[in-house]
Amino acid sequence: MALTLMKGSEAIAEAAIRAGARFFFGYPITPQTEIPEYMSERMPEVGGCFLQAESEVAAINMVYGAAGTGARVITSSSSPGVSLKQEGISYCAGAQLPCVILNVMRGGPGLGNIQASQGDYFQGVKGGGNGDYHLLTYAPSSVQEAIDIMMFAFDKAEKYRMPVLFLADGIIAQMMEPVEMPEMVDFKVDPEKKPWACTGWKPGDDPAKRGVINSIYIDTESLSEHNAVLQAIYAEAKKNEQMWECYKTEDAEIVVTAFGTVARIAKTVVDEMRAEGYKVGLFRPITVWPFPYDALAETCCAAHVKGILDVEVNEGQMLEDVKLAINGSKNVEFFGHLGSQFPTTAEIKSKILEMKEAK
Amino acid sequence: MSVVFERTKLLTDKQFHYCPGCNHGIIHRLVAESIDELIQEGKLEEGNVLGVAPVGCSVFAYDYFNMDMYEAAHGRAPAVATGAKRAKPDTLVFTYQGDGDLASIGTAEIVHAAHRGEKIVTIFVNNAIYGMTGGQMAPTTLVGQKTTTSPHGRDEAWCGAPIKMSEMLSEVPGSYYIERCAVNNNANILKTKKAIKKAFQYQLDGKGFCMIEVLSTCPTNWGLSPVEAMKWLEENMIPYYPLGVKKDKGAE
Repeated sequence: MALTLMKGSEAIAEAAIRAGARFFFGYPITPQTEIPEYMSERMPEVGGCFLQAESEVAAINMVYGAAGTGARVITSSSSPGVSLKQEGISYCAGAQLPCVILNVMRGGPGLGNIQASQGDYFQGVKGGGNGDYHLLTYAPSSVQEAIDIMMFAFDKAEKYRMPVLFLADGIIAQMMEPVEMPEMVDFKVDPEKKPWACTGWKPGDDPAKRGVINSIYIDTESLSEHNAVLQAIYAEAKKNEQMWECYKTEDAEIVVTAFGTVARIAKTVVDEMRAEGYKVGLFRPITVWPFPYDALAETCCAAHVKGILDVEVNEGQMLEDVKLAINGSKNVEFFGHLGSQFPTTAEIKSKILEMKEAK
Repeated sequence: MSVVFERTKLLTDKQFHYCPGCNHGIIHRLVAESIDELIQEGKLEEGNVLGVAPVGCSVFAYDYFNMDMYEAAHGRAPAVATGAKRAKPDTLVFTYQGDGDLASIGTAEIVHAAHRGEKIVTIFVNNAIYGMTGGQMAPTTLVGQKTTTSPHGRDEAWCGAPIKMSEMLSEVPGSYYIERCAVNNNANILKTKKAIKKAFQYQLDGKGFCMIEVLSTCPTNWGLSPVEAMKWLEENMIPYYPLGVKKDKGAE
């Protein structure tokens, strides 16, 4: 198949449509506005619905409404807008609604800036909204990877009945890359496969199949039971869905951990330093929830690994998960920038050399 | 003996949790009966109806309406209904919201649903107080009315005069039909039912946003008996919130 040069935001939007998304609700915010713009043109062409909401709060609640009918629904936003969506995201998680949410991260806190950042790792992975819930969270590091993940994201969301979050930094949405775009899948709502959805129940039908899209369980016992169901689903997702990439870690003395675009910079560092004779490798989580704790621990427990360097464009958020995985058995250091300043290969290399000298 | 009357199948057997004298029970029945009649009259296919419950006293409405139902976040029912209606345009979609839900935390959602001319019906139950949380001041609380957060009576200079949502939404170009009703006597109950059914009919005809505001009592939090509460509604609420059609594009 021929490669096409596409802008990340448009490629991700097109992939969502090819994966069966027919409803998009969103609100303009830099650096992801090209996604609603693309959807406004493209959705009507495939018989879908693009609707510009009055706010991100309304957009995620429109997602709740459309997802409750069993349709494939997507919304996108960027950091401050995703903060506004957190109420609705928690409700979607509580009501077990499959949907896809894109966060094209920009600098924060507050209004921050409009450049790429990774400052919403905690928000995406550790909660964001209220209650004990998780989102199946992917951190793509290229436009192609974002497309490929999108092609199965709705299947996963429907399998586990949980929202899927894309934690992409602004660079993924803003850059152009040659991509291979998959064929359109044929998706239709099947009420048999979604007995929980609002698909036209009437009195006399099986009472268990009445659509009740709901997250309130007023007595302690039923809320406890409901949460046990959610936790069992999360345990299953943890077991099945962890994704990561190991790059030249087989004999690495220093393992760099990084996600998203930063991992690509780190990969260049690995290649450059390998050419100079340094044994450096990269461990890149692709799912940041569930975080591949065991895979990282296994990679780093080898005797040849002397230290781990976590690199992020934030104050060290994934660092906490890296440390949990390593559990004190090896030295873990951090290098990062705040304010959307991306680390250069020279900076990362100099930090690695510093670590080698110190040991 | 032949059956001359029975409870509509569109309400479940679940016993209402509402306080004695509360008007929600009457309004639930009017909504369910109106939909049932449209089905009996062959205007609506059975099963082609979906409701969205709010946060507030009617938070459990999904347990009472015997159809596909949603429970929305506080104030967000019009956005949820928008998503559902866009996904299932042939389905009759309504929201059922109280005054705290609709006139306070959910103002953006209701104004923009009306503004878009969203083809949904909103049943707005206004009892001038937050019931579920135990009687706090609402945007609709009357001047001088005592609540647990306006213990000396609502002070207009401090927190404004009560908001009139029906009048306000009738000014929004996208709204199609707005009427304020009450269920304080048999004549008004019949008028309310007629208004609700008309709103649903407009939706079936593909018309825009419709809202029926129903003035309602809250004997528990007003600190009155059900009979006294009805009298208080007549003497205080109706003069400030006049009943009647605020907008009807279909009649123009």
